[in-house]
Amino acid sequence: MKENTAGERSNQIGLLFQMMRIRRFEEKAAEMYSKSKIRGFLHLYIGEEAVAAGLISQLKPEDRILATYREHGHALARGIPAGEIMAEMYGMSEGCSKGRGGSMHLFDVKRNFFGGNAIVASHLPLATGLALSTKKQGKTDVTVCFFGEGAMAEGEFHEAMNLAALWQVPLLMVCENNRYAMGTAMQFTHANQDIESKGRAYGMESATVDGMDVLKVRAAGEKALDYIRSTGKPYFLVCNTYRFRAHSMFDAELYRDKSEVEAWKKNDPILKLRQDLERQYQFSESEMKALESACEKEVTEAVQFAEAGSPEPAETLMQFVVSGPPDPGAEAEKSSTIKS
Amino acid sequence: MATMTYREALKQGLRSALQEDPKVFLMGEDVGRYGGAFAVSKGLLEEFGPERIMDVPLSESGFTGAGIGAALGGMKPIVEIMTINFSLLALDQIVNNAATLLHMSGGQINVPLVIRISCGIGRQLAAQHSHSWEPIFAHIPGLNVVSAGSHEDAAWMLHFAMKSPDPVVIIEYTGLLNTEGEVPATPPEGGLQKAKVRKEGSDISVITYGSGVPKTMEAASELAAEEGIQAEVLDLRCLRPLDEASVLASVRKTHRALIVEDAWRSVSISSEISARIMENAFYDLDAPVERLCGLEVPIPYPKHLEEASVPQKDEIKARIKKMLS
Ligand SMILES: Cc1ncc(C[n+]2csc(CCOP(=O)(O)OP(=O)(O)O)c2C)c(N)n1
Ligand SMILES: [Mg+2]
Repeated sequence: MKENTAGERSNQIGLLFQMMRIRRFEEKAAEMYSKSKIRGFLHLYIGEEAVAAGLISQLKPEDRILATYREHGHALARGIPAGEIMAEMYGMSEGCSKGRGGSMHLFDVKRNFFGGNAIVASHLPLATGLALSTKKQGKTDVTVCFFGEGAMAEGEFHEAMNLAALWQVPLLMVCENNRYAMGTAMQFTHANQDIESKGRAYGMESATVDGMDVLKVRAAGEKALDYIRSTGKPYFLVCNTYRFRAHSMFDAELYRDKSEVEAWKKNDPILKLRQDLERQYQFSESEMKALESACEKEVTEAVQFAEAGSPEPAETLMQFVVSGPPDPGAEAEKSSTIKS
Repeated sequence: MATMTYREALKQGLRSALQEDPKVFLMGEDVGRYGGAFAVSKGLLEEFGPERIMDVPLSESGFTGAGIGAALGGMKPIVEIMTINFSLLALDQIVNNAATLLHMSGGQINVPLVIRISCGIGRQLAAQHSHSWEPIFAHIPGLNVVSAGSHEDAAWMLHFAMKSPDPVVIIEYTGLLNTEGEVPATPPEGGLQKAKVRKEGSDISVITYGSGVPKTMEAASELAAEEGIQAEVLDLRCLRPLDEASVLASVRKTHRALIVEDAWRSVSISSEISARIMENAFYDLDAPVERLCGLEVPIPYPKHLEEASVPQKDEIKARIKKMLS
């Protein structure tokens, strides 16, 4: 438990605000989806905000993040402007991926945000490789990779974990265990449901945390990152959480009871921290109102920014397929010799 | 004949395969409790039970390989890969085992496996979720690769595939799921491997498959009504082996050929069809073969760019008119 200081108070209010702005942003995104402003797939993170908020608050700007298609929260917590994310989902050229990617492919490399990957588990080996590049270059940053418990059934999870442990690279592997992979519950996916043990099986330092409690997530993140920064070794963190909404906007939720969702909503991470703050730090109604209106303002402005965006002209369709010309081989041809 | 959606046609095909043989079972991600990613298998879990409608973990290589193994062991598995975008994870199993075991074993081992894969662009799902990879599968000796561009095939292709001693990949189209069409009550002609003339014509052969079929049909009917142009539409249906005879017969009749597909242009089905026409019917042509294909770009998210990435009906009409002018 952290001390009761003014610094801690404002840190916690910061976390509350972070979770609230993610929630408000996504509620707005869902609204814009129903108005057909946003299309394609839209996977909401509502209910799981404590994980991104708690962990990303512990990162340095040079640390790298990779996430799934359910990544609006991570992108916001990383500091990608809400307007650029909304514009991306509107398919506008002002979006963080120039509108090419949409909701599932938010990228912002200057903020070390490496997407937004929609092939389940396919970013895990990339994360191992980014961490390998850090090690090879003697740098000190950490790569943080978020994925669901469903992804852990894929071979790529196991291959990436083994490589990371074998090579001893500075990587934080974060399983956001929301208990479902689309409509398939954990017990139908994992023969061994002790998720954390799968990290230990690869000889990786591993831990599990209540992912509905942002303060616990923050503490777990601090511990994991200290370990990685001091040893250079990988770490596996399981955050137990729950998504309150459907898998995506196309999901009829036939696979779970409404009552289960309602029960989990009692653990709402935003509600919990707010109550803690009221109890411990006399967090007031008016402070809460101020946070709410700041979220409202940010989201309203994000929508305005997106609405005012400009679609890319169809003539530029073929951009960004390859980087040339000129042919880099032809350049290399002029300058190189084979040393005998 | 009955009118139904493409989704319903797929479901009827699945249901009759399951009813026909107790060794048949369906396995795939979210085929059961979720009701199928596209609601194709919705209700089948309740009807056939979890032994025959198996939800599997995210593990495309694992469960496709297990499907091959189950086929070797005497079962009749239908493996569903949720979308073609995830099929590369299973491709090693498909190429190096399913397609190869018969030959490697000197003819001892058959792999009577059916793999269903949904495919297609058009729902603004961006680069990783909009692939048209029929040519990748069509490249592989040992496979039968069929493409259901009609409601008839959505309902009946599986029936033919289940009779095959060799692996069959059935490609289905998410873009057609909600569209309605005619489905015959008994197996239509054409079996698994024959191309089919969907509209007779004498002016030009428009050769296509899958998602290209409905838009080419629309283009051809509109041209007939508006301009009196008689375009023949040939639905390839089977991409491996190719029904070369039907392609050549049509081209010999019309003396002009346009090939339409959503897949990327280079090294595609249309490249192959074009080469076969050159090799076998060059002197029957009145004009060079032309192609309308997907532009060679990862598919972008915005609607207008997505639409610009693959041939649209109006483009098909314009190209046919140009080729006849
Ligand atoms: C390789 C692959 N297979 C299947 C899918 C379809 N799919 C998208 S998300 C998903 C469930 C993933 O569950 P999980 O990893 O637990 O993440 P969550 O969505 O719960 O955050 C599935 C099956 C995909 N995108 N990629
Ligand atoms: Mg999950």
